[in-house]
Amino acid sequence: MRDILEGSEAIARAVALCRPQVVAAYPITPQTHIVEGLARLIADGLLDAELVSVESEFSAASVVLGAASAGSRSYTASASQGILLMGEVLYNISGMRVPVVLTCANRAVSAPVSIWNDHQDSMAVRDSGWIQLYCADNQEAVDTTIQAFRISERVELPVMVCVDGFTLTHTLEPIDLPDQAQVDRFLPPFRFTRKLSSEHPFSAGTLVSPDFFTEMRYLQHAAFEQAAREILSADRDWSGIAGRSCGGLIAVEGDREAPTGILVMGSVFGTLLDAHRSGDLGRPVRLIRLRSFRPFPTEALRKATEGLAALVVLDRSLSPGSGGIVSHEVRSALYGLPSAPRILSVAGGLGGRDLRAESFRTMLEGLDHAGEWDLRFADLDPDRLPKADSAPESLADAAPKSTNPFPEKE
Amino acid sequence: MASASDPGPVDLAELRAAQPRFSGLESGHGACQGCGQALAARLVLEAAGPDVIVANATGCLEIFTTPWPLSAWNVAWIHSLFENVAAVASGIEAALKIQGRNTKVLAFAGDGGTFDIGFQALSGMLERNHDVLFVCFDNEAYMNTGIQRSGSTPLGAWTTTSPAGKTRQGKRHLKKDLLTIIAAHGIPYAATASVAYPSDLRSKVRRALSTEGPSFLLLHSPCPLGWGHDSSLTIAVDRLAVESGLFPLLELARGQVIGRMAIRTVRPVREYAELQSRFGHLLADSPEAHEGLEHLQAIADANIERYGLLASGPEPRDSEGADTVRRGGTRWA
Repeated sequence: MRDILEGSEAIARAVALCRPQVVAAYPITPQTHIVEGLARLIADGLLDAELVSVESEFSAASVVLGAASAGSRSYTASASQGILLMGEVLYNISGMRVPVVLTCANRAVSAPVSIWNDHQDSMAVRDSGWIQLYCADNQEAVDTTIQAFRISERVELPVMVCVDGFTLTHTLEPIDLPDQAQVDRFLPPFRFTRKLSSEHPFSAGTLVSPDFFTEMRYLQHAAFEQAAREILSADRDWSGIAGRSCGGLIAVEGDREAPTGILVMGSVFGTLLDAHRSGDLGRPVRLIRLRSFRPFPTEALRKATEGLAALVVLDRSLSPGSGGIVSHEVRSALYGLPSAPRILSVAGGLGGRDLRAESFRTMLEGLDHAGEWDLRFADLDPDRLPKADSAPESLADAAPKSTNPFPEKE
Repeated sequence: MASASDPGPVDLAELRAAQPRFSGLESGHGACQGCGQALAARLVLEAAGPDVIVANATGCLEIFTTPWPLSAWNVAWIHSLFENVAAVASGIEAALKIQGRNTKVLAFAGDGGTFDIGFQALSGMLERNHDVLFVCFDNEAYMNTGIQRSGSTPLGAWTTTSPAGKTRQGKRHLKKDLLTIIAAHGIPYAATASVAYPSDLRSKVRRALSTEGPSFLLLHSPCPLGWGHDSSLTIAVDRLAVESGLFPLLELARGQVIGRMAIRTVRPVREYAELQSRFGHLLADSPEAHEGLEHLQAIADANIERYGLLASGPEPRDSEGADTVRRGGTRWA
């Protein structure tokens, strides 16, 4: 049944449908509504779970590590500074191969402080060994959350479900929330092979010498190959039950045969699709949505970009001093292909700045003149830079600027 | 039917009690000779029994017991990180609770993981009332990284980051009064213990585990390497820590002192300091050294007065529970 739900509320209800036994979280904008929703469900007796209201995100991650290790399905959520504070534990959870699910309500990372959306937080922990799935809309956030538990528990890797802060978490949309029977059919009860038990004592998290460390890291990496298959099968099986697919590892829409493409992650895909449908892009464009950033689907990406002459990769984050993170990975994945497209890396939608249809149009215009290793900042406004230290010409978009969303006080 | 020669059905609890003490930490690990922490951990588990899950913070105890693929632990044991042991234990406890399992949860940490880097998680665990026994093996410095000062290092003690030199007399700050801070959380049971008093230690572990809600044990555990005493003197040194008043043995319930180990013959702090090179500079014949030692003595005197530790009569024997073998949990009885 379709309901009008706020994204956070829908995610909380989806989590509850997965019957977690332990929920631990610390409030942070824009994640807070999710854990508030879960707290209400527990308070109303609709979810039988221990809610551990911890004193920090660091402890939230540690609590779910302990709880899952002790044999309970466990869930946490955070964003931005909270994800970074969890950082050490996130590595630990993955290294210990403990299955947990975390919702990252994507938000920029301070400084400058910003509560608004971009992908800097999840990108900051991209190497922590977590599966990362990016959601295009709130229906996908619901469906991906349910899939995430199954993926995580089958491959014994933690899953981060990335949903754009505010854009998704605080937006009301018509959402088809599955019923309990559908979820139960899809997701078996939690079972962890290395559950801590006094009847079968063993030691977890031991000291590993150089003699074994490489092998353990290899196994962790190899698990991501299995994860790619599980992401596909979870999406396929769930679509068999719910009638909806989330796009597997990578989804292609728009003009599938066009020689020009744009690749994005997350909810900005909706804007892109709108722009395409209304003809605002000004040309036929292949629209590529990367859903699985970890595991990075090299083969699927190569297939999705086949026949492209030029590709814009939009990064909602930045590795200062290097450039767009996703675009580097895309370049790396396509390197050496005889017909690899020319790639323009664009950092945009940073710290919550809206990307509009014309932003994409400008990117495409930039693509026509871009060099092989160019990096552009979408909608960069030279007028807002210090005069004596203005951005180099090559960094700014050439197109005229639109209205200022944050007008300076007179 | 039981024949005359058949003793009949076995009482499992009795049989278990007749067996040797439970050894939760097996020998063969890599602790230094005379390690107070290894002894302390073994004593804690001896009293706790096998029906436990231990969460262990990063530190010596974790390192010397679990060189993969070996482990010296005979109990379910997990190590995650340095500063999160209280939160990991909280998660384990929450999971056991909702699963309806009665296994006891213990958190093990050194003084670094308790007084300093792990303090926030510990405070949160106590405030949330998790049914966990947190044991701090207090050897008064960061020993695993090679003897750096911690919030627990006593005033005047030498460490590699509080060295004694021409202008400094070791650590310039007081040992953090952690017990008072813990007690201020109003938890059901908190105590201090010493490896020099094993029966007292064991009985405190049993008392803690039989108390519902969070409990805390500050367990003084000499480190021969870091304190600079002969490895054969671990017990003697720790006994002097107690008898001098520097490390009072106490029990607190809901913040109130309910038990104290009385001192019949108070030993001067100098005797304690003389056995340890970390205090060596305080024994020199200089005004600074005299002042440093006097300051330590004043702390011990203040402890004795504050907790009313003085008592007359013969020295009590540390025998409580020495003639019985009891264990936490019933499943394994």
